[in-house]
Amino acid sequence: MISRIDFRANTQRVPPNIPVATQKNAKTALVHREEVVEPLGEVYWESLRQAAHDLRLHAITHLDTYLPMLEEKVTKAGGVVHWASDAADARRIVQEIATARGVRRIVKVKSMATEEIELNHALQDAGLRVVESDLGEFIVQLAGEKPSHIIAPALHMTKEDIAALFREKLRVDAPPDPQVLTGIARTRLREEFLSADMGISGGNFLIAETGTLVILTNEGNGRMCTTLPPVHTALVGIDKVIPDWQSLSVLLKVLARSATGQKMTCYVSFITGIAEEGPREFHLVLLDNGRTRILQDERARETLLCIRCGACLNICPVYNHVGGHAYGATYPGPIGAILSPQLLGTQIAGDLPFASSLCGACAEICPVKIPIPEILLHLRHRVVEGDEIERAVASPMVRAAGALGAFAFGVPRMFTLGARVLKVVQAPFRRDGWLPVLPPPANRWTMVRPFPAFRADFRAWWKEHYLNREGAKNAKKEK
Amino acid sequence: MPIKAKLFITCLGEQFFPSVLKGMVRLLERLGVECEFPETQTCCGQPFYNSGLQSEGRHLARRWLRTFGAGDPTAYIVAPSGSCVDFVKHHYAELFPEDSRERALAQDLAARTYEFSQFVVNVLQVTDVGARFPHKVAYHAPCHARRGLGVRDEPKQLLRAVHGLELVPLEDEEVCCGFGGIFSVIYPEVSKAMMEAKVKNVQASGAEFVVIGEPGCLMNVAGGLHKVGSPVRAVHLIEILASDGGAR
Repeated sequence: MISRIDFRANTQRVPPNIPVATQKNAKTALVHREEVVEPLGEVYWESLRQAAHDLRLHAITHLDTYLPMLEEKVTKAGGVVHWASDAADARRIVQEIATARGVRRIVKVKSMATEEIELNHALQDAGLRVVESDLGEFIVQLAGEKPSHIIAPALHMTKEDIAALFREKLRVDAPPDPQVLTGIARTRLREEFLSADMGISGGNFLIAETGTLVILTNEGNGRMCTTLPPVHTALVGIDKVIPDWQSLSVLLKVLARSATGQKMTCYVSFITGIAEEGPREFHLVLLDNGRTRILQDERARETLLCIRCGACLNICPVYNHVGGHAYGATYPGPIGAILSPQLLGTQIAGDLPFASSLCGACAEICPVKIPIPEILLHLRHRVVEGDEIERAVASPMVRAAGALGAFAFGVPRMFTLGARVLKVVQAPFRRDGWLPVLPPPANRWTMVRPFPAFRADFRAWWKEHYLNREGAKNAKKEK
Repeated sequence: MPIKAKLFITCLGEQFFPSVLKGMVRLLERLGVECEFPETQTCCGQPFYNSGLQSEGRHLARRWLRTFGAGDPTAYIVAPSGSCVDFVKHHYAELFPEDSRERALAQDLAARTYEFSQFVVNVLQVTDVGARFPHKVAYHAPCHARRGLGVRDEPKQLLRAVHGLELVPLEDEEVCCGFGGIFSVIYPEVSKAMMEAKVKNVQASGAEFVVIGEPGCLMNVAGGLHKVGSPVRAVHLIEILASDGGAR
């Protein structure tokens, strides 16, 4: 159980190198994205986004059709389907699979679902060796950190940071050269692939009509993990199911472009049950962990359309200045700001819907058109006033202050009187048309930049202007 | 019959930018628009709604609808802000139950409510308002105008038609300045980082003025420029369009 996420405290202790690395890497990702999105033309791209949105929405609102279909097909193809209602359930299932088969060594494909349930810790606590095989995850695991980005886990690190980490942890001579660093990781990982008893993956999509797990990777590690060890266990959220291969063709078009700026990832793996070669066992653990609860909320359910491309993180100015760790949960950035409060509850993640300037860049770039700002507003309301899903968690003071403010703003006479009073009160503090310092809580504004002086005089001006205008009109009429 | 416009001056506009409001009246009248000022207006409710206080937002929305629903039903409603207009156009209706009188009124008024640059360019079909402003000017694209209302080229069309004005490019012009309403006081450290990035780009643009047609963003960036003692001034679009070249 994690404690309440204090976003402000987190943003106050962001190491200065994190925004630098984050901005550099996020910008590169956006440039690459533009190179493969722009040539499609805006009209075609928009129609792809709409199609992707519509078919994802159809899928998540018809889970009762597609999940049983998926289970049937996977089972027919020789796989075993497990249902995990929450994180503890999922961890137990995976552990049991490992124990029953005498598994000691595990290699993993990058997976946010396994991060969400903190699978590695559970398995390591049970005495198993678990090694992440995606380069970014390998780095983050070595550093004892969590991913700061959903597709680029080490986005917050520079090549110099990584070289220093390798020198310290792997005791090798590591120059800050990406090729050399990758070579070092590859050598280490080769041994792990060959000696592993089980491979664990997540999944990008589950195709219901054939029971096929789809995994997109760029490093080939996905295929190593899912073919070499005798057992393959995939842990996938129930929201990842799609009806058919036609749906997949649309989603593949938007996913790699939005994520890594590729037309297609280097490897697109399709795994349907077991085959003559490869693992003898295939287990598919379907994870709910709060997803069906999200589905019940019509105003927020589109959160589950997410295909985990990370484009909203790359474009988000807040994310770019604080990095992924400041969000304090598995899923950072704009998607995390709407997903975490729903998965963890607003008691824990109630700060996150406010961790946005509502600029809307996320919704504009999202390949499945999730209305992120609308959902942020919906969740802000949940935090402050409460709704049918959760009771309010904000202090009653916030509501009282809001009610008082709205009352004052709602009476024109009080509003204009207030403006007049403020103009008088501010006079001794005014410097060059600015108020350099304000008392709390408004000092949170002036600690950043001065506040403009109150100078309302339009109403008086208008009165005079109006009288002059009408006077001129009447004079004209009389002539 | 002249075109009529009700002035939606917005609470930030009223408190901090009265010269922008007067400029708006002069400009609209110069373009033949008959202005009205509904005096009972205060705030559209967005700051409350965006803070999670939907009941308070609804209360102020109801007031706004009463204020602007009165009088000539054919008049346009024009504001020097994209954000407030976006709120009226895209959030008011859903605050009230389906089939309610208020929802119908909200939809009716939303259709007639315009951000200033869109009103001038798209409704009045004017781009040259006869202004003169012989300076280098950069343009910042406010988020809600751009993404909420689809304001893209209108302000630039107006600026390009200003005599003597040189429009210079601004790096990351469409990236948020860090205002974000309550965001700026809930998370001042993040707001600061975003504002400083904007100020840096403005200073690097070589412009003497940066145009920000949005009161909230304007007070943020103008304050940021003032704090670092920058010679660059942040101004509202209307201040430039109302200028005759020598009066500043």
